Amino acid sequence: ITFLTLHFLSSPAIQIRFILIQNRAGKTRLAKWYMQFDDDEKQKLIEEVHAVVTVRDAKHTNFVEVRLYACLSCLQFRNFKIIYRRYAGLYFCICVDVTDNNLAYLEGIHNFVEVLNEYFHNVCELDLVFNFYKVYTVVDEMFLAGEIRETSQTKVLKQLLMLQSLE
Amino acid sequence: MPAPIRLRELIRTIRTARTQAEEREMIQKECAAIRSSFREEDNTYRCRNVAKLLYMHMLGYPAHFGQLECLKLIASQKFTDKRIGYLGAMLLLDERQDVHLLMTNCIKNDLNHSTQYVQGLALCTLGCMGSSEMCRDLAGEVEKLLKTSNSYLRKKAALCAVHVIRKVPELMEMFLPATKNLLSEKNHGVLHTSVVLLTEMCERSPDMLLHFRKLVPQLVRILKNLIMSGYSPEHDVSGISDPFLQVRILRLLRILGRSDDDSSEAMNDILAQVATNTETSKNVGNAILYETVLTIMDIKSESGLRVLAINILGRFLLNNDKNIRYVALTSLLKTVQTDHNAVQRHRSTIVDCLKDLDVSIKRRAMELSFALVNGNNIRGMMKELLYFLDSCDPEFKADCASGVFLAAEKYAPSKRWHIDTIMRVLTTAGSYVRDDSVPNLIQLITNSVEMHAYTVQRLYKALLDDISQQPLVQVSSWCIGEYGDLLVSGQCEEEEPIQVTEDEVLDVLEGLLVSNLSTPVTRGYSLTAIMKLSTRFSSINRIKKVVSIYGSSIDVELQQRAVEYNALFKKYDHMRPALLERMPIMEKTASNVHTMFFGGYVWYYFFTLNCAFLSLAIPPMTAYSKNGLKIEFTFERANPNPNIAVITIHATNTTEADMTEFVFQAAVPKVSHDLSVTFVLEWPSQSPDLNPIENLWRELKVRVAQQQPQNITALEEICMEEWAKIPATVCENFVKTYRKCLTSVIDNIYRNFWTIKRT
Repeated sequence: ITFLTLHFLSSPAIQIRFILIQNRAGKTRLAKWYMQFDDDEKQKLIEEVHAVVTVRDAKHTNFVEVRLYACLSCLQFRNFKIIYRRYAGLYFCICVDVTDNNLAYLEGIHNFVEVLNEYFHNVCELDLVFNFYKVYTVVDEMFLAGEIRETSQTKVLKQLLMLQSLE
Repeated sequence: MPAPIRLRELIRTIRTARTQAEEREMIQKECAAIRSSFREEDNTYRCRNVAKLLYMHMLGYPAHFGQLECLKLIASQKFTDKRIGYLGAMLLLDERQDVHLLMTNCIKNDLNHSTQYVQGLALCTLGCMGSSEMCRDLAGEVEKLLKTSNSYLRKKAALCAVHVIRKVPELMEMFLPATKNLLSEKNHGVLHTSVVLLTEMCERSPDMLLHFRKLVPQLVRILKNLIMSGYSPEHDVSGISDPFLQVRILRLLRILGRSDDDSSEAMNDILAQVATNTETSKNVGNAILYETVLTIMDIKSESGLRVLAINILGRFLLNNDKNIRYVALTSLLKTVQTDHNAVQRHRSTIVDCLKDLDVSIKRRAMELSFALVNGNNIRGMMKELLYFLDSCDPEFKADCASGVFLAAEKYAPSKRWHIDTIMRVLTTAGSYVRDDSVPNLIQLITNSVEMHAYTVQRLYKALLDDISQQPLVQVSSWCIGEYGDLLVSGQCEEEEPIQVTEDEVLDVLEGLLVSNLSTPVTRGYSLTAIMKLSTRFSSINRIKKVVSIYGSSIDVELQQRAVEYNALFKKYDHMRPALLERMPIMEKTASNVHTMFFGGYVWYYFFTLNCAFLSLAIPPMTAYSKNGLKIEFTFERANPNPNIAVITIHATNTTEADMTEFVFQAAVPKVSHDLSVTFVLEWPSQSPDLNPIENLWRELKVRVAQQQPQNITALEEICMEEWAKIPATVCENFVKTYRKCLTSVIDNIYRNFWTIKRT
């Protein structure tokens, strides 16, 4: 017995929907949203991503396609994919549209992590905890409006140091 | 009032909490302190307090009471304040709350600030969470910044513009002049974001797309420079110059070249160059190659280039990195329809991927394998796929089984092979086949007349081994019911016929009836099978006994059948042989086979048995006739597609009054996907129902009736008289009210008549 329902797509897909950094226990170290969500939707998404990503290991690919039936009302979310990479105890996840280039975003994640590493001098999870607002600054220097903005590590680091000097 | 504790302190303290409850207590205490600090309008420590609040928010605690404080921070002159304020705005505010609009003015001022970092903050915030109203207000400022010479700001402005366009597409025009010189930028960052902006504009507006097509040569040049230029330390990733920019340019080229021959022509060379020159030892190179492949497949490229692209994908399949294999399979799946032959060349590699460890790779490989099956490779492919079916995870079994059935149906080299394949699927993955496979299989078996004996023998043997897989059991019961006589008489030609007696067969069928493993549907099949054997076997008494026992079964469906079959033995014994005779060759329609096996009512069962297959048309049937309402169903095949059965409902009202509140409900069982309901209200043209002249006839009728004519001549005279007497105003009135009459008819049709509930 099937239900017929109609949804209308109001806007085409945005590139990056959100960026998440989570640890293995599921604690969020960074959550940057490029789309509007309610608080409970955000929570559900975080839990869903955590559940999907932590069961995968080395023999799985770095891409997961997720179907969310429960909470989100906009149809464009029925199929999205998470591109993730694990660094020590942290999962760096980017949620993009199904049609995007997986490999390129994988490189994007790595680029981002390398910048963090440089900036915090061998970054570890505690650095991200105690300096969360700085991590957001790094994200904002490299991504904007759901797109990759600056990819040159040297340039980004230069900007970050400038910003730091203003404090 | 002591100074509020520092952020680091707070974080350290919270991390010492050993339980959730302890943490909650600390948080609540701190929140209370922060709240009172906010109330006192403390400027010095506002920044610190909001930062702490944001940290607590990240842990999952509510922090919305800090929203207004964020706004105050944004309005402050200090950079540190602004920075935390904007961060807070991005984390705590969302565009559905009116509070965020208060930011607009601040952002406007900051966009014109003297310090570029403040401008940057404002651009960033606007670009991430600006609402449509804010974007409308501030688009002008963003446009100005897009033209500035400061590359740091230009980059941010470009992406901010992308966000503005997404929120308010009508403003796209506004950014057009600023895009003129974007591509002549040397700065990679600006170039990158400009390409993103151009991509967004082209994707959204076909006019923009046409306008920007002329940029193709320039883009090709930039890409060429990137590949040819030597080592550029700032943007180098593993020896490749700014791969991110390359990928974005390729993507823009894809959009511009789509369905345009000239642009595609202009790109051919560079695409070939990128495809052959990119270093593939690391993921970076492969990312570029992948984007190139996607572009080649999407534009109107020449066939040589397409083959090159598919070969790249083929090479990807052999790569050690599973990500790359996955990506290749996904793309091949997309191109298998258009470039079938080229993909076929990589078939063996694809089939090898069925053995991969990653679940998503396996799935892709399975889908692709099914797409590649054809008449030439069916035997080999099926061997691999059946092996896969045996060993794969349960989540794949249903899809794989369906795929096997479909492929077998299309390309089976022989009927025997077909039936063997089906048997294999049913025995290895029998519980995972879909519901509609059973009728389809039954139809297939019925139509393979020369294989009946072989089929029933094999199915019987399978039943002896295992009665837990319901689809297998159902198909087997059905076959035994139909062809039990062939089984008992040992007529099998294809393999050694087995020796089995009537009693043994009935034992097996009765065993199904009583077994705990059988579902009610399966029991129904078995009972019907036993019944059918009454015309094929000689041990009728045993069958009669079984049938009468089940006449008092708790299962209503079973009980009903048993009772009806009992009646068949008693009152309608003369009809029994005809009703239970062998099924004729069936035509391929889902609904026919359906009603036969899932219809509960015996009269329907008989009716379809007798009429449905022996003649092409099913005779009309009166479904309801009471209180002046008659509902008739008529059946016919659609023209030109005879695979569609058209059921027409005629509803007639023979009473004087109108019938309102007529509700039609169609309940569609899960299995018949192919039922579609369209409503055609039969109202032929020139129909008298809506012609206003009919009102005039009624008027005449009434007047003439009043005169009470006694004979024909009097009738004629009176008619002529009364017709002349009808005043013009009456006619005018009919014309005036005609429109209202029509609209009311339309309303009534949609409101009262058809309510479809597909539940």
